[in-house]
Amino acid sequence: MEHHLVLRVVAKLLIPMILIFALYVQFHGDYGPGGGFQAGVIFASALILYSLIFGVENARSVISFNVLRIVSAFGLLLYIGVGIAALISGGNFLDYNVLASDPVSGQHIGILLIELGVGMTVAAVMMMTFFIFARP
Amino acid sequence: MVDIVLLTFLVILGITIIRLGSLFASVMLTGIFSLVAAGLYVSMDAVDVAFTEAAVGGGIATLLFLSTIALTTSQEKSKEKVSMPALIVVLLTGTFLMFGISDIPKFGDSSAPAHQYLSDRYVYKSPNEIGVPNMVTSVLASYRGYDTMGEVTVIFTAGIAVLMLLGRGRRGRAGRNGSIANSDQSSSVSQREKGTV
Repeated sequence: MEHHLVLRVVAKLLIPMILIFALYVQFHGDYGPGGGFQAGVIFASALILYSLIFGVENARSVISFNVLRIVSAFGLLLYIGVGIAALISGGNFLDYNVLASDPVSGQHIGILLIELGVGMTVAAVMMMTFFIFARP
Repeated sequence: MVDIVLLTFLVILGITIIRLGSLFASVMLTGIFSLVAAGLYVSMDAVDVAFTEAAVGGGIATLLFLSTIALTTSQEKSKEKVSMPALIVVLLTGTFLMFGISDIPKFGDSSAPAHQYLSDRYVYKSPNEIGVPNMVTSVLASYRGYDTMGEVTVIFTAGIAVLMLLGRGRRGRAGRNGSIANSDQSSSVSQREKGTV
């Protein structure tokens, strides 16, 4: 796709906006529609767009395959870790009330963290799957 | 009215996808199918579901189908013969599913089991208990935290499965190439030895 000037210019304009939108969907999920799943998919689609236009090899040098493998596992571990942190703090598994002194702010922290974990796992798995399929 | 138009579109798209021989066109139509389905969910006020459908069904799934086509072929193998047992099984299952639909409560039915006490519980208590304006998030992430954890595990497992099934093939091939190169080397070495002999 190296000779498609329009595609390259438009992609360069769009990719930062897609990434910002993914972060907005991730951290605004408490207030509007959205959350970890959607944000992860949108984040992955930005990098897949990059690898479609500029080549898979370039995309792999941006985010290496090993990083994706670690991030995909770390997201799930973060989710389970929040549950275990609640367990250690004296509550039930995934009971966010005990994460802070105030139950409501504890819920906020818990939801933010587990949504982050969901987003990391989803984004990493989607990119990993695409990289495997699009191998040269 | 909007629902009827969108549902008609979905049926037309579904039949077209089955009948088309070109897999590339079918993949594009599945993307459009997801977008129309997302529109249907928006008209039912399920914005979060519509968002997911548009992002996953219209975006990522279409892309994965396309890369699969790039790995395989873009034309369907023509198959004229219809298998009778398969047709009977499909028709029977379809009949049973249609029969089961009659037991599902109507859309927006206030006497549905889900609206008896559960919805009220969430609607009245979650602003004080969770304090998150988007109630879908509070149900998804807090009340149903176990379910969401299971979903993330499913996605993670699917990623690992793809990695094991397709990722190893490449490494195996590289290894085989390496071994071929090694055997070439050894054979050239043996030739050289023969030459010296």
